Amino acid sequence: MSEPKPVVLIVEDDPQIRRFLRTGLQSHGFETHEADSGKLGLVEAGNRKADLVILDLGLPDMDGVEVVKGIREWSSMPVIVLSARAMETDKVSALDAGADDYLTKPFGLGELLARIRVALRHASGAAQDKGGVFAVANLKVDFAQRRIQVDGKEVRLTPIEYRLLAALVKHAGKVLTHRHLLNEIWGPGYVERSHYLRVHMASLRHKLEADPARPRFLLTEAGVGYRLAAE
Amino acid sequence: MADASRPDPDALLARVQREEKKRGRGRLKIFFGASAGVGKTYAMLLAARAKRAEGVDAVVGVVETHGRVDTAALLEGLEVLPPRTVQYRGASLREFDLDAALKRRPAIIVVDELAHTNAEGSRHPKRWNDVEELLDVGIDVYTALNVQHLESLNDVVGGITGIRVQETVPDTVFDRADEVELVDLPPDELIERLREGKVYMQDQAKAAIENFFRKGNLIALRELSLRRTAERVEEQMRLYREDQGISDVWQAGELILVCIGPGELASRLVRAGRRFAAALHADWIVAYIETPQLQRLPAAVRDAVMKDLRTAEALGAETVTLSAPQMSAAILDFAREKNVTKILLGKPTRSGWRRWLLGSVVDTVVREAGNIDVYLMGAEGPEARAQAPSVYMERSRAYLGLPEAGAAGTKPRWPGYAQAAVVPAACTAIGFLLPAPVELLNLVMVYLLGVMLVASRYGRGPSMVASALSVASFDFFFVPPVFTFAVSDLGYLATFVVMFLVGIVISNLAANLRTQAKVAGYREKRAASLYAISRELAAAHAEAEILRAAVAHIGTEFGAQCVILFPNASGRIAYPKAPGEPFSLHGADLGVAQWVFDHSRVAGRGTDTLPGTDAVYFPVSGASGPIGVVALLPSSLRRVFLPEQQRLLETMLNQTALAIERVRLAQAAQNAQIKAETESVRNSLLAGISHDLRTPLSSIVGASSSLAEDDGRLDARARRELARTIYDEAQRMTTLANNILDMARLEAGAVSLHRDWYPLEEIVGSVLTRLRAPLAGRPLEVRLPRELPLLKLDTVMIGQVLVNLIENALKYTSEGSPLEVSAEIAPREVTVAVADRGPGIPAGLEERLFDKFYRAAPEGAQSGVGLGLTISRAVVEAHGGRIWAENRPGGGAVFRFTLLRDEAPPEIEREEPPLVKAS
Repeated sequence: MSEPKPVVLIVEDDPQIRRFLRTGLQSHGFETHEADSGKLGLVEAGNRKADLVILDLGLPDMDGVEVVKGIREWSSMPVIVLSARAMETDKVSALDAGADDYLTKPFGLGELLARIRVALRHASGAAQDKGGVFAVANLKVDFAQRRIQVDGKEVRLTPIEYRLLAALVKHAGKVLTHRHLLNEIWGPGYVERSHYLRVHMASLRHKLEADPARPRFLLTEAGVGYRLAAE
Repeated sequence: MADASRPDPDALLARVQREEKKRGRGRLKIFFGASAGVGKTYAMLLAARAKRAEGVDAVVGVVETHGRVDTAALLEGLEVLPPRTVQYRGASLREFDLDAALKRRPAIIVVDELAHTNAEGSRHPKRWNDVEELLDVGIDVYTALNVQHLESLNDVVGGITGIRVQETVPDTVFDRADEVELVDLPPDELIERLREGKVYMQDQAKAAIENFFRKGNLIALRELSLRRTAERVEEQMRLYREDQGISDVWQAGELILVCIGPGELASRLVRAGRRFAAALHADWIVAYIETPQLQRLPAAVRDAVMKDLRTAEALGAETVTLSAPQMSAAILDFAREKNVTKILLGKPTRSGWRRWLLGSVVDTVVREAGNIDVYLMGAEGPEARAQAPSVYMERSRAYLGLPEAGAAGTKPRWPGYAQAAVVPAACTAIGFLLPAPVELLNLVMVYLLGVMLVASRYGRGPSMVASALSVASFDFFFVPPVFTFAVSDLGYLATFVVMFLVGIVISNLAANLRTQAKVAGYREKRAASLYAISRELAAAHAEAEILRAAVAHIGTEFGAQCVILFPNASGRIAYPKAPGEPFSLHGADLGVAQWVFDHSRVAGRGTDTLPGTDAVYFPVSGASGPIGVVALLPSSLRRVFLPEQQRLLETMLNQTALAIERVRLAQAAQNAQIKAETESVRNSLLAGISHDLRTPLSSIVGASSSLAEDDGRLDARARRELARTIYDEAQRMTTLANNILDMARLEAGAVSLHRDWYPLEEIVGSVLTRLRAPLAGRPLEVRLPRELPLLKLDTVMIGQVLVNLIENALKYTSEGSPLEVSAEIAPREVTVAVADRGPGIPAGLEERLFDKFYRAAPEGAQSGVGLGLTISRAVVEAHGGRIWAENRPGGGAVFRFTLLRDEAPPEIEREEPPLVKAS
C-alpha cells in the first residue's frame, strides 16, 4: 500500500457509532478523523483535507442538510449521510442538497464500505472512463454505439428510456433522487411529475430485467429514488 | 297493629331530609319580640359578646343602635363590618355588605332587622335573603325580628294597631330558624322606656307611634308573640316525639285546602290558612280555580292572584291552579283526590235574590262536601271595599269585551259588534220576506237563531248586543202597533223579557264553550310541546343536539330568548363556545348565573334575588345536583311565572338535564371502557416487549461477552458464529423497535400518507430487494399481471405492509417451504396476496390475528411482538382498503389486502416507437 490512505471524516455525535466506524474503517485501510458537531465538522472537512465525509443527519447543533450545503460551497468531496428510518424527506433533501449517498441506521459495515467505494470511484472520475462501455452482470451498455444488450441480445429503447438508463449508468451505484432524474431527463419543469419517471422506469425494467418484480439492476429506493446496481 | 309505635317511613324520610339540609348550613338564631323597644338588639349583642368571650369568631354585620348609649356600649370590643354605601335618589344609604361578610366568613355574624328592605340595586331585595345566603355557606346568624313583620300575622297586627307594615318576613324563615329567643318586656315597662325616649320607630308620625304604643295594643302584641313562640315550641316538641317514635300525640294527618279567588280577600285567606294549618300542624294547599269568567279578568288582577299564590308558597303552602268550568265541582274533585280534610273558603260574594237564584259556590261546596269540614272566612275589610270599585270597573270592561289597556296580542273586537248589528237587521229582513200571515212567535225563533250565530262566532259581548237589538227590532218592526216601540198588548212585554233572557243564556253558554275550547287548546299545546321536546331529547345523541332542541323548544314555548350555560372545568359558569341559534340569548349575566348555579335557586327579573337584571335564571338540576343554568329573557314575565307555565318549564328543564346526564354518562362509560382497553393493551404491550427485548438481549450479551473476554481460545469459526448471533439478534431488535415506533406513530395519528401514483410492481420489487437476505433459499413465486394500473398510495407504508406479510410468512413456515406473492386486478380495486404453505391459521382466529400483540403461538420461539399485522391493517385501512387472512386449499395461509382504484391515474404521453436501433 504505497498510495496514501484515503481520509474519511466522521461527523457524528454518538460516541459508540463513532467508535464502530473508526474501528471498522481503520481496519479497512482508511485514515479517520472525527467531529461531534456540525460546526466542527465543517471546520475539520477543510483542515483534514478529507476525501470523503460520513455525516449524521441528526446532529445536535445544526441541520445535516445545512452541513452538506456548507461543504458544497467550496468542495465536491463525496458526502454519505446517515439517517434514521422513516425520515425519507430528510434523506431526499440531503441528496438534493448535494450529498452523494445515504445509509439508514442501523447498517452493517459491509454496506458502508460498498457505498464508500462507489463514491470514491465517482469522485476520482474512474466510473465514466471505461471506453464508453458499461457492463454489470448480463447487462451491457455501449454508449459510443448507443447499444444495449441483455444476455447478448439487443434491446430497443425509446429516447427517454435511453436517457434514463444513461443517467443511472453515469452514477452507477449511487442513489439518484426523483427530482434529480426528472430534471436531468425531462427538464426543470417536470420535477414534480414523478409518476412519469415511474412509468418509464417500469417499462425499462420490463425490457432489461429478467423478472421485473425482482429487479437485478434497476433498484428502487422507496420514497427516495433509484439506483443502478454497480456490482 | 303490632308495629304501631314504629316511626312512619315518610316521617323518617322527612327527618333525614331535614337533617341533610341542615348539615353544612349555618344556624339561625332569631331574637323575637312583640314590638320595637323590647331590647332585642341589646340581647343579641350580649349573646354575641358572650360567644366572643368564649373565643368564637363573632362579628357584627349590621346593627342599628338608634343612638341608644347602653346598646352602643355593647359594640365596644366587637368587630363591626363597615357598611356598604349605596346612592339612591340623591341620598346615600348605608347597607349591610353581604359580599364583605361572605369574604370575612366569621363563625357568627350579627345581622339586625331581619325584615329590612335593601336599597334598590342590591343583590337581594330583602335582608332575610342575605341571611339565607349567609346560612347557605355555613355562617351562623343572629338576627332580630318583631312579630308584626311575620307574614302570616301581618294583617292581624295591622288590624290591632292600625299600622300595616310593608316589610314582612315569610313564616318559613321563622319556622326553619334553629333557635328563637323571645325577648319579652311587660307593657308597662315598655311604655316607661318609650317615655324615656329609649324606643325608636322608623318613619312613623309621632301620633301614630303614640297610637301604636297604647297598652291594649302592647298586650295584644305580646300575646301574639308569645303564642307564635309557643307554637314553635310545640312544633319542636312534636318533632322530638316523632323522632323518638313517640306517636300517641300525633293525630291523623290533616290537609287543608284554601280556595282563593281574585281580590283582596285572597291574601287574607292565605294568611288565615297559614295560621289554621299551623294550629293544626297540618299541610295546606292553596288553590286558585280559574273558571272561564275568571280567565277574562284583566292582566293586573290575574297578576295579583299570582302574587298571592307566591305569598302562599313563601308561607309554606303547596299551590295549585285548577282550570275548570265550574268552581264548586273543581274544588270538590280536587279535595277528594287529595284527601283534603278541611276546606277554607271566603264568604259568598253573591247575596240576596242573586244567591237564591243563581246559587253560590259556597252553598254547593257546603252541600256536597260530605265528610270534609268547610270553613268560611269573614267579609272583606274596609280597605278591600275601597279597592273594589276599580276591580269591578276593570272586570266590567272585560265583560263588555272592550280591549284591555296594554294587553298585547288582543284581536280587534269591532267585527263582532258589527255583526251584532248586522245579524238582527238580517233577521228583520227575513221576517219581512216570510209569506204572510206570519205567527210572531216564529219570528222570535228567527231572532234567537241570529243571536245564537253571533254568540258562537264572536262570544259574549257581541251576542248580548245582538239580543238587545233583536228585542228592539222585533218590537219596532213586528209588534203592533208596527214601526213604534209602543206595545198594544202588554202580554208582549213578557215575550220581550223571555226573549232577552234566552239571548243572554245563549250568550253565556256559547262564551263558556269558547273559553273552555281555548283552555283545552292551551292544555293541548302544553302537552304537545312537552311531547315534542321529550321526543327530540330522547333522539339526541350529543350534548349539542340536546341543547339545540331544549333552547329551541323553551324559546318558542315561553316566547323567550334563552341560553343554557354550563360550568367550565374550574366550576365557573362560562359562555358556550359554539355560536348560538337565532333565538339564543346573548350576553347573559355570568355573575347571576354563577349565583344561581351555586345556590340552586332561581334569580333575576321577577324573583327575590337580583331582580334588577334583564333575564330570569333557573338552575338546571339533574340526578346528581346542578349541572347548569338556563337564562331566559321572556317577552312577558307572566309567560314564565304563571304556575302552569312554571311547572312546564320545570318539567322541560328536568328532561333536558336528564338527557344531558344520559349523554354524559354514556360518554363517561365509553371513556372508561376505552381507558380499560388502553390499559389492557398497554399491559400486554409491556409484557410482549419485555419478552421480545429480553430474548435477543440475552443472546447479544452472552455472545458479545464471550468475544470480549476471549483470551485466544476461540477459533476463528467460533468467533464468526458468535458475531453472527449478535448481528441476527440485533436485527430482530431493530425490527421490533421499528414496529413499536410505527405503531406509536400510527396511533398518535402522526403519520400522514404521502400518496402518489406508483406501479405496484415497483413496490413489490423494492420489498423483495430489501428482503433478499431472509428470502435466500426460499422458493418464491411472484405473479403480477402484465398491465398493472398505477395506484395512488404511500409507497413506504404499503411496502411496509408487504414486508410485514412476507416476514410473517417466513416466521411461521419452515425453511425451504415456498412462498407466493401475487396480485389480481378488479374494476374497482387491486388485491395483493401473500401465500405460504405453512401450518395455516387455526379456525376462528382469522380476525384476531390482526389484534394488537396477538401471536399464533404465544411465548413461542417465533420472535416479534404481534404488531406487524396490526400495523398492516392500520395502513391498509388508511388507504381505504381491507386486509384479511384465510386458509388456502391444499394447506397454508394466505393474507390478502386490497387497494382502491377509485381515482383515474394521470395521463402520460406515450412515446413514439424506439429510436435506438440495432445497427
